[in-house]
Amino acid sequence: MVTRPTSTRKDRRWFLLLLLIPYIFLLIPSFYNALAPSFLGIPYFYWYQMLWIILTAIITALVYFMGA
Amino acid sequence: MKLDATAVAVFIFFFVLVTVLGFVAARWRSGDLNQLHEWGLAGRRFGTIITWFLLGGDLYTAYTFIAIPAAMYGTGAVSGFFAIPYTILIYPLVFVLMPKFWTVCKQRGYVTAADFVKERFGSRNLALAIAFTGILATMPYIALQMYGIQLSLAALGIPITVPIFGIAIDLPLLIAFVILAAYTYTSGLRAPAMIALVKDIMIFIVLFAVIAIVPTRFHGFGPIFDAAHQKALANPKIFSDLIPANQAIAYTTLALGSALALFLYPHSLTGVLSSSSTRVVKRNAALLPIYSLMLGFLAILGYMAIAAKVKPFGGFGNNSAVPALINAVFPPWFAGFTFAAISIGALVPAAVMSIAAANLFTRNIYKEYLRPSATDREETQAAKLASLVLKFGALLFIVAINPAQVIYFQLLGGIWILQTLPAVFLGLYTRWFNRWALLIGWAAAMIAGTWMFIAAGNKPTLAIFHIPIYIAVAVLILNLLLAVILTPIFELIGLRRGQDKTTPADYEEVLAPAEPVEVGRRALS
Repeated sequence: MVTRPTSTRKDRRWFLLLLLIPYIFLLIPSFYNALAPSFLGIPYFYWYQMLWIILTAIITALVYFMGA
Repeated sequence: MKLDATAVAVFIFFFVLVTVLGFVAARWRSGDLNQLHEWGLAGRRFGTIITWFLLGGDLYTAYTFIAIPAAMYGTGAVSGFFAIPYTILIYPLVFVLMPKFWTVCKQRGYVTAADFVKERFGSRNLALAIAFTGILATMPYIALQMYGIQLSLAALGIPITVPIFGIAIDLPLLIAFVILAAYTYTSGLRAPAMIALVKDIMIFIVLFAVIAIVPTRFHGFGPIFDAAHQKALANPKIFSDLIPANQAIAYTTLALGSALALFLYPHSLTGVLSSSSTRVVKRNAALLPIYSLMLGFLAILGYMAIAAKVKPFGGFGNNSAVPALINAVFPPWFAGFTFAAISIGALVPAAVMSIAAANLFTRNIYKEYLRPSATDREETQAAKLASLVLKFGALLFIVAINPAQVIYFQLLGGIWILQTLPAVFLGLYTRWFNRWALLIGWAAAMIAGTWMFIAAGNKPTLAIFHIPIYIAVAVLILNLLLAVILTPIFELIGLRRGQDKTTPADYEEVLAPAEPVEVGRRALS
């Protein structure tokens, strides 16, 4: 089957759901409210949340390039 | 603090450089500065890179750079590090909501969020409420930027007040204010955009220097976090390096509520509306988190100040911990550079905020209620004067009132601005709500929020059913409940919905034309 070019935008709207991922991983503090394991001397609580800055940027860029 | 000639010279050099750039920005135009959307939105022509610098300089303010590490220094993880999930969760939201907002504003020629609400819900009163909330929440925010400048001056040892005829006048701050007011007046939004470029590069240089000293002075991050942990063990009541057991809801609602509120502030929306296309807005949603990463490292500065055992200086409390740290670990010339970066960092948001609030005043109060027949030229003139008056008001605020109280007003501002969410954000998707229901929901939440803030002892969180929660989120729930319950009741008793002047096509991104991007090469030639 050939996808109709007019409907590709609408079909890809489910990609927007990917944007919910950071909310799940950041709004439940029990995922990260601990000091160990530390990384480069930075406790888990701190590097986990800073890592999510990068992950969220990647997810957002992915959604952008997918054309949602 | 002792006055150091090198530090002050470096500081003044960068301040002068930025002042010149601010005035040069007036020549950087393809538009007629007598049009409000040219002065107040730079003709909606900023491309990806300029928008990135402008929004970065506008959202991550000088006060943020001082207050977040100060909160980390004073109380630890909850009131300090919540800024990280906060500044992450903004961007998925921006990616979804802001292209739609940009599109309808572009197609219908809106300059402010209140313009949109007025036509969407057919209600001048609701639009007035939105404009009033925006101006009210922005004023203390501008004042805090001035506080950031004052703190930098104090850290450099420059006297904050100079006696003139026996009266103590805040002369250095007054000079900074006059410079800021003059180039905002003449150049409009292009001035902060141009200055943001210099400011952000300077802040990034400071950040790299800070990260570079970590291994040599502190022997890695380990000892820094150990010092914070020791402080938590010694003062379990006031300081914690993790989220204490009963504070989980407070932490998440602070992060989520602040994230929802940020793009309701007039200065954020002005930054979005000045971009040239929805593509630019979406790219920035993916690129702006670079600033959040920077903020994360700057937050850790608060713990560095603990590890370095610095002593805060006169009258500024915890807020002076990081400036004291900078004076302790950097040579004077670099300390001067850092404080110049912070002060210039205060000028960018102060300019954008005063322009955004002036746009609200002009469009939704002056033209709507005072002079409906105003021409484009008169409208722009009113906006320019309003931006002056607003900045002067903020200056009086910081000089006449204790800074601690300005901070209370800024925290209240966050609670207030979130109450415009139902009309602005939900309005992008539905016009189901009755205008009077939205107005009553807003009014009730404003009053309840203010009352709860005072009841909590001027704190943003309050225990409801023994669980501390961010007041802004608690009253937003009340606001939404009232809007949902009252809408069918008002329909029933004959208080009709307003006329919606927008059409579904106005929200279609593909239909909105993109403006040619303005690069600014002309201004520099």
